[in-house]
Amino acid sequence: MTLGTDRVNKVDRLAELTARRDGDAEGASLLRETFGRLRRSPMALSGAVIVGAFLFVAVIAPFVAPYEPGAQLWGREVMPNQNVFVGPRAENWFGLDHLGRDQLSRMLVGARNSLLVGVVATLLGFTVGAMLGGVAGAAVSLGRAWGRRLDAVIMRFIDMMLAIPALLIAVSIAAILGPSLPTVMVAVGLAQVPIFARLLRGSMLAQSHSDYVLAATALGVRRPRIVRSHILPNSLGPVIVQATLTLATAIIEAAALSYLGFGNPDPATPDWGAMLADAQRFLVGAPELAMYPAVAIIITALGFTLLGEAMRESLDPKLRK
Amino acid sequence: MALLTVDNLSVTFTGNNQRPVRAVDGVSFGMDEGEVLGLVGESGCGKSVTSLALMGLLPTRGVEVGGRVHFDGTDVLSLPSRRLRDMRGSQLAMIFQDPLSSLNPVVPIGRQVTETLRRHKGMRGRAARDRAAELLDRVGIPDPARRLTEYPHQLSGGMRQRALIAMAVACAPRLLIADEPTTALDVTIQAQILDLLGELARSEGTSLLMITHDLGVVAGLCDNINVLYAGRVIEVSSRKQLFASPHHPYTAGLLGSVPRLDAPRGEALTPIRGSINDTIDWDDGCAFAPRCDHYTMECLTGTPELVRAGEGHQHRCVNPVNLDPGSAHADRPDPVAEGGNVR
Repeated sequence: MTLGTDRVNKVDRLAELTARRDGDAEGASLLRETFGRLRRSPMALSGAVIVGAFLFVAVIAPFVAPYEPGAQLWGREVMPNQNVFVGPRAENWFGLDHLGRDQLSRMLVGARNSLLVGVVATLLGFTVGAMLGGVAGAAVSLGRAWGRRLDAVIMRFIDMMLAIPALLIAVSIAAILGPSLPTVMVAVGLAQVPIFARLLRGSMLAQSHSDYVLAATALGVRRPRIVRSHILPNSLGPVIVQATLTLATAIIEAAALSYLGFGNPDPATPDWGAMLADAQRFLVGAPELAMYPAVAIIITALGFTLLGEAMRESLDPKLRK
Repeated sequence: MALLTVDNLSVTFTGNNQRPVRAVDGVSFGMDEGEVLGLVGESGCGKSVTSLALMGLLPTRGVEVGGRVHFDGTDVLSLPSRRLRDMRGSQLAMIFQDPLSSLNPVVPIGRQVTETLRRHKGMRGRAARDRAAELLDRVGIPDPARRLTEYPHQLSGGMRQRALIAMAVACAPRLLIADEPTTALDVTIQAQILDLLGELARSEGTSLLMITHDLGVVAGLCDNINVLYAGRVIEVSSRKQLFASPHHPYTAGLLGSVPRLDAPRGEALTPIRGSINDTIDWDDGCAFAPRCDHYTMECLTGTPELVRAGEGHQHRCVNPVNLDPGSAHADRPDPVAEGGNVR
């Protein structure tokens, strides 16, 4: 008899399963589905953990840093010219740098500056780029003659920006503003503007030739509304992914500019790029001084790249499993 | 008075440094209020371009549109774009081939249905939502209130096409153009969608222009049929006459190439030779001549005219077939009278 009831139970369970529908009760938007997939992706998870950890460190840095990042603790004991350094020890976990400052404190506070530069630069590039690209894309999608002319003007300007090397822009801006963190932010951000602009415009143009835009047109929906509620929301996906990936490059580029001396010259506000530049001179005597910021830069960039790649995969229908 | 009159419509695509392509070459037909007309032809014969031209949806650059299209007395082709946009959706509406790509993937169904209502009826909020639910119910979507909040990818293919039909009929248009509405669907769903379209056209008095390559579709639905070849109408007929005695060899060939359930076992299908070729036009005679079994030298002297051959039956052929009743295909039953399907 037990066998019989088992079978009945199984049939009931199957019936229940077939009766249930996916996404019950309400619709799941593309965005929500994407985040659902993202949560299950190991790549996205590891990326998010790395990024989250560094962001956390950046936020709490001033409160947990054991010393002032600019304070010279052991000026006499460190003699860089004789290759005498203070290595890791209980009071200074990462040791002291060539001027006798606590390397750990500088790393922590440096995380704050480096991440800040990366985020602000990306935001700047994203905002300006998406605005330019969005205006150009919307102008073309509206399908008027003046729209195409406006688009041509904006895009030629973007092409000009693309033609100037990012480093040259950075040097010019530094010459105008003087070396400082904002200089690095603006320089790295400006270099990203053309990429965001081209991406959003291209994506909007592709969407404006899609079938549902034709279908909406056939139903008499006005062009501005089509641009606003059909074309734009469908074009944002790749731009958001690009923003995440840009965070990684922005941090690397910011470090590079800072390494070249365009960053904040104030020794009390360290960032990883500047620390790398300082440590480079003592690579023979104290290679670990260069390793800390270098590894930190690599891991942060890796975290953002993992997150961005996972996002790209979960947004791209062709790569969905 | 005819609802829609298409007079000598021609569409030419002119690319940079390319030979212009005449996609539609002098198409003329008329539609009465409430009529269901089939526009049949193979890929590349100009049927989709014709429908886009009727809606004024062709791009303005690189396309030359000639002839006249009169809808209820107004000339659609010369209408300012503002007036045309007002007409689209409220007077003229269109259903497209692929229901998935015709719906915006990131916008819930409800907002896409209410969009037309907002645009043409000025409906807002609750009223628009209720009307949208009514519409979904009308086209046979179960549990419409919940479907309104769902996204296109959560609906099946048939449901998506139903939602598109609901969007198209939302403002009770007088002419509904369906451009291959069943091509992307499987066969059982096709039949349901065709039934729905036929039923909507009958009950609302909407004229339906059915554009398809599938003779089975027109067989079950249309009152009259126009057969297109290489951008021209080559045969005009009622459904019954067309299936019983096709006069143009192309139409006869099309019917002969459709498999029939009542054919004897092992009987081979008779295909039409070759394929449509857009480099052949109607300037020096019949464009179908290279593929025709009946062609003579006469076919290649000047463009053949539409010839009247009986009540409401016209063809564009110098050597028509099946002119006398009782010839080759006269035994072919009217598919609807038989309750069957030529597919």
